Amino acid sequence: MIHARRLEKRYGIRRALWPLDLDLERGGFLVVTGANGSGKTTLLRLVAGLAAPTGGELEVAADRGGLGYLGHEPLLYRDLTALENLDLYGRLYRVPERRERAGMLLERFGLWEVRAERVASYSRGMVQRLALCRALLHDPELLVLDEPFTALDAEGADLLDRRLRELAGTATVLLTTHDPARVEPLASARLALT
Amino acid sequence: MNYLADVTALARKDLRLELRARDTLPAMLLFVLSTFVVFHFALPSGADELAAQGLLWVALVFTALLGLARAWAPEREDGALDGLVLAPSDRSAIWLGKSAAVFVFLVAIELVALPAFALFFSPLDAGAVLGVLLANVGICAVGTLLAAMAAASRTRELILPLLFLPLAIPLVVGGVGASVSTDPGRYLAFLGLYDAVFAILCWASFEYVVSE
Repeated sequence: MIHARRLEKRYGIRRALWPLDLDLERGGFLVVTGANGSGKTTLLRLVAGLAAPTGGELEVAADRGGLGYLGHEPLLYRDLTALENLDLYGRLYRVPERRERAGMLLERFGLWEVRAERVASYSRGMVQRLALCRALLHDPELLVLDEPFTALDAEGADLLDRRLRELAGTATVLLTTHDPARVEPLASARLALT
Repeated sequence: MNYLADVTALARKDLRLELRARDTLPAMLLFVLSTFVVFHFALPSGADELAAQGLLWVALVFTALLGLARAWAPEREDGALDGLVLAPSDRSAIWLGKSAAVFVFLVAIELVALPAFALFFSPLDAGAVLGVLLANVGICAVGTLLAAMAAASRTRELILPLLFLPLAIPLVVGGVGASVSTDPGRYLAFLGLYDAVFAILCWASFEYVVSE
């Protein structure tokens, strides 16, 4: 699903990602760890197509419609409600029966009761839950998650754990975390960036 | 059909955001009306009507600039532009949807501004109104692209006017010509040509503007 050879990224003279090789087969679950500034987010942005490599080769066997991305920012509109945000992305991703799918995800992530409230009124954890709903809305075959447990409370983290367990083996998952023990049972591969 | 549906959804989203937040339209309206008041007192009594027509275009271009500076603000917050860029729809639909929304904002402002101008200075003829409408298309096409480029920069408030104003000069030339000439047809044709050329250029180049 993802193959990289000597993949690197520079911003001017600053090297954001040192050359790395990477192979992740379809259905694999890769956990990426590393200190702050080691290039975890850069790697995920490269895989998602949000940034272009400055060196090496990268091949991702999923088009944009098959990729679900959760970054450090939620990629949501604060002045839209949860339902309006998911409806917009559902349209753009051509999700069949997008309203039903959005409703199911909102219910699953405990946001159904606040679905008609603006995202600006949400707590950080609720925004993260909604961002997860957005990333999962179109049932992606490749899921790219940048520290997805950030800001989630215990209940939210359990919900995400459950969803990741369901996805393991079916979708391909690339996940960065500072707490690898949490996803260790699901991991089929590990990458430590230095 | 999917492309048009995407453009419509994106433009509708911008209109909904503006109706809720009311960040941009009231500021643009206040600005253009204040500008007319200042011009009204700045122009000496008995000043040429032609001078007033020129001032209309100064006011419209700077009002548009005010709106363009805010055009990508909702996408800057919380990284929503990345969300749109990741979607499988054609990326030019993002530009077209935003341009359409900015066009609606401009027309809404002008529905108040043009009668106000007629009240303060002199009535506008059909050539001038057509010139304003055609100039709106060029302003939105070019301005939305440049605003997207500027939005990625920390100095966006400085960069946008520096990029936009030189490219708006032909629009002002065509617009003033259409407003004051006895034969506005060739000026309107010039504005139409500008719109067509720059709309195609902006449509084709937006993909590269949002690529890192």
